[in-house]
Amino acid sequence: MSVLVYVENWDGKFKKLSFELISYAAKLAEQLDTVPIGLSIGYVDPKELEKLGKYGIKRIINLLNDNFKVLDNRFYTAAISSIAAKEEAEVIVMANNNTGKALAPRLAVRLKAGIASGVNRLPVSLDPFVVYKKAFSGNAFARTVIKSRVKVITLAQNSFELIESENTASIEDVQIDLDGNLHTTVVNEIQKQTGKILLTDAEIVVSGGRGMKSPDNWGPLVELANLLGAATACSRPVSDEGWRPHEEHTGQTGKIIAPNLYFAIGISGATQHLAGVSSSKYIVAINTDKDAPIFESAQYGIIGDAIKVLPKLVEAVKEIKSK
Amino acid sequence: MKILVCISNVPDTTTKIKFVDDNKKLDVTGIQWVINPWDELSLTRALELKDDASTGVQKITVAHVGLVGSEPTIRKALAMGADDAIRVNSEPYDAFYVAFQLSEAIKSEAFDIILCGIESSDFNGSSVGGMLAEFIGYPSASAVSGLKIENRQVIINREIDGGKEIITLPTPLVAVVQKGIAKEPRIAAMRGIMMARTKPIKVVEPCSMEPPTEIISFEKPMPRAACKYIDADDPGKLISLLQNEAKIL
Repeated sequence: MSVLVYVENWDGKFKKLSFELISYAAKLAEQLDTVPIGLSIGYVDPKELEKLGKYGIKRIINLLNDNFKVLDNRFYTAAISSIAAKEEAEVIVMANNNTGKALAPRLAVRLKAGIASGVNRLPVSLDPFVVYKKAFSGNAFARTVIKSRVKVITLAQNSFELIESENTASIEDVQIDLDGNLHTTVVNEIQKQTGKILLTDAEIVVSGGRGMKSPDNWGPLVELANLLGAATACSRPVSDEGWRPHEEHTGQTGKIIAPNLYFAIGISGATQHLAGVSSSKYIVAINTDKDAPIFESAQYGIIGDAIKVLPKLVEAVKEIKSK
Repeated sequence: MKILVCISNVPDTTTKIKFVDDNKKLDVTGIQWVINPWDELSLTRALELKDDASTGVQKITVAHVGLVGSEPTIRKALAMGADDAIRVNSEPYDAFYVAFQLSEAIKSEAFDIILCGIESSDFNGSSVGGMLAEFIGYPSASAVSGLKIENRQVIINREIDGGKEIITLPTPLVAVVQKGIAKEPRIAAMRGIMMARTKPIKVVEPCSMEPPTEIISFEKPMPRAACKYIDADDPGKLISLLQNEAKIL
């Protein structure tokens, strides 16, 4: 028996999310009195793989095959399920991100497993196996029982604390043979921005709404974000108007994020917007309307005109930075 | 070419969610039911593809797992322009169950492209599309933000962290779609609404299977502490609270 955790890499590197997954799987295995096994797919430098050991994993399987360079959902599913079967995994853990959402459902069918996606804590009961998952776009949690023998969990980002220890992991390189005909995805082109902090990775996000009044007023907001090492975001009307790029739209139909700190500047806080940001640990709201719903979700608020408040906020941050 | 769009029936996204029966059930009083936003965008894109004769798309079918009460949502999809519909006459117990029922219901018909929304706005499972693909053995792409057909080849934009990939997959395929697939959902015109009344909805009975998961109850998130207000003339106070009280900066 084992808990198998799939950790994706980004150009051969891991992220905080990877360590959250490992920490979660290690704790879960402890609860189940079984072994946590990490699974990495495609070439990752041994030094990078060693980092995973610090978060409590004993074994890392480093799966290699020339076809892993391009993510093909069917092919990757075949690979993960064969390792899951070999290691008699009873729980398979993945991230609730693009890749996890692409692979976990296929894997669940392959393994005849029930799935709980967007899980945000360890199981509250093992028999029956009960987890909390997000529902109604952050407006509720569903206590979900998984009845199948094998279970698949996708973990919500930034919902589990990192647990570091002195532990080291053994790394096993495994070359896997799979039917190459299963791999049918061809990548023609990759368009990628570089050098910017990714919205989905950012610990701090500075976001603007219609209260910013014009696309010309974004200077101080971007400056604030740069000073704080934050990513910039916006509400839907702003991206619909073309004031800011669509990639910045956070909300139910845009990006769903869970930073430690979210600045909602000139954003009233419609249900659909909150659906994308309500998992933020802290929300700061700046809005002229004291009755704006965003203040119900915020821990800190300033009632005032964003255009006037922002330059002062920038000055205040500069002052602290200079100390 | 034939396209299948899987649709889910969800509470309007502005609904204030409440639970009844010891928090075991959603309070459906006064809820407006709509096509799940991502499914509606999928259908819109399918209709755009059919409008363009060069794509060779001839027919669009919508499929849904739900009891008779969800037929108004199916009619809405037909009014938008889908040609016909399949409804599996069952509660949609969980993603595994729904994907299995869909896979059984479409066995007799060959679809070239199957579109599913990335998630439903109620249970946020993000699972049905991928599960359906695995049940029927099709290749799949997830996080699809664009899809076009050129020379009978399907070209897909797949979102990745910090950008996107332009990929091709052979048909038949399942595309799990998200924002970007279509601009605005298509609004049904009066003519479409009239025509929808006579379009066929094939009702099939579910196949027997035990759903592997069950929701026992719901919980609202912990209410956040009341908002602490800071004078608009003194934003420095905010920064110092974030540093010293929240310890987040």
